Amino acid sequence: MSAPALERPTGFTPAQYLICLNGIVWREALRFLHQRERFVSALVRPLVWLFIFAAGFRQVLGISIIPPYETYILYEVYITPGLMAMIQLFNGMQSSLSMVYDREMGNMRTLLVSPLPRWYLLSCKLLAGTAVSILQVYAFLAIAWFWDIEPPHIGYLTVLPALALTGLMLGALGMLISSGIKQLENFAGVMNFVIFPMFFASSALYPLWRVLEGSPALYYVCQFNPFTHAVELIRFALYGQINWISLAVVGGSTAAFLIGAMLAYNPSRGLGRRGAAGGET
Amino acid sequence: MTVADLPRAGIDSAAAPRSSAAVAALSIEGVSYSYGARRALHDVSFAVQPASFTALLGLNGAGKSTLVALITRLFGLQSGRISIFGDDIASAPGEALRQLGVVFQPRTLDLDLSVMQNLQYHAALHGIGRGEARSRADQLLTRIGLADRAGNKVRDLSGGQMRRLEIARALLHRPRLLLLDEATVGLDVKARADLIGHVRRLVTDDGVSVLWTTHLFDEIEASDDLVILHHGEVLARGAIAKIATDTGTEGLHAAFRQLTGTDHLGGAS
Repeated sequence: MSAPALERPTGFTPAQYLICLNGIVWREALRFLHQRERFVSALVRPLVWLFIFAAGFRQVLGISIIPPYETYILYEVYITPGLMAMIQLFNGMQSSLSMVYDREMGNMRTLLVSPLPRWYLLSCKLLAGTAVSILQVYAFLAIAWFWDIEPPHIGYLTVLPALALTGLMLGALGMLISSGIKQLENFAGVMNFVIFPMFFASSALYPLWRVLEGSPALYYVCQFNPFTHAVELIRFALYGQINWISLAVVGGSTAAFLIGAMLAYNPSRGLGRRGAAGGET
Repeated sequence: MTVADLPRAGIDSAAAPRSSAAVAALSIEGVSYSYGARRALHDVSFAVQPASFTALLGLNGAGKSTLVALITRLFGLQSGRISIFGDDIASAPGEALRQLGVVFQPRTLDLDLSVMQNLQYHAALHGIGRGEARSRADQLLTRIGLADRAGNKVRDLSGGQMRRLEIARALLHRPRLLLLDEATVGLDVKARADLIGHVRRLVTDDGVSVLWTTHLFDEIEASDDLVILHHGEVLARGAIAKIATDTGTEGLHAAFRQLTGTDHLGGAS
């Protein structure tokens, strides 16, 4: 029996691409809402740092007047952008953890057999994770407001593009890392090698001039750490300013991580050890 | 309501072929694949004709699921060529995959989402708008008897219901080629018979082409096209009668035993 002779369109329309993006973001948001403990833990972590750590160190760490601040500030105010970036860092890693989990559980197959281009599907997945991280950051800012963390009103708006870019960068980094992970069990170790070094070797908790006083070598490590620039991009944007160097570093890092993740992504990784479809070869 | 009552797939004009030339629904040519030093497939070639039911028979470890992973692009081709209705999966993956519906051996549903949300998510991945997706999903759920479970989380369904939902999901974008990898695993006898019956009707009534991988003899009928895969190699292909004649045996069991040198252990027959 021969196939019917019907004409058909080739490729996909912009509307179909948009439908796909909406679907992936919608699913990610639903999963996030269903996993309430994930939402709570995403908020508790930075709040513990803000309420406890910052209160303890307020008298120890003096902050001089440094841009973008125009006056002396409390330590809590200083570390808020770092904690916002920390939320996105953890979310980026958690999203990649979810990709490894989905790959092992089979859900990722549903995504990957979509006829739309694979790079687009992975980008949508990344955008969905970023959108979730931005929701978390704003929830954190809402609570922090009651702790006298009150950036200018316009800052809540101007920080949005910065959060989008840093969220993409950290999500792409997570995706790149997940590309190299064969099993879910390996992920915790990788997290420790990425999250903690990135967070502590940055300007999230202390200004870099303080680091320079203590260890010039660490200062240069911090300068080369893209997370430092993510924090500074957010810090300046929260006060309606742009840190151009940080913007360039974060933008460049996002592109590099994204390209690396797309090239490195191999859906067969993690499937082969149990067979191609979970049961056999 | 049973799986046998699933709606007919129909043929989506968007997924119809570009020319009237008789092309194979699925063409596999010289495909080999290795996991490191371990060879999983060696020079595999066969075709699934349009509107036919082709059974890919092989024991566990024969390479069936590796082949499914290659057809669906979960694995990249190492050598050979695969095309779906003439569209090469390497050079035109979008065109090839939009004509393909897949039911994987392991469950691939999102357990935390509802039945309807799973279908809507699948529709979105194929660029089908929300209204159209809802309409198609309602129709499918009604036919498979899960309309009243549309709002339930998938984790609350039974294994058989989940499999029915996966079949419905695979049909949602109206593919012309349906690929089912050991789809009856975990189903009871009645659900298995219902499922096979429905899939066969998709072939005869709607012209859908089917590749059905299995290790069970009793899922194969005399009229099927058959491909026997063993240790990654195609040992025989064609109608059962032809294979029996070629091997000088009587019936599928004997032919299989002679070709593979093994006693078939997985049969429910």
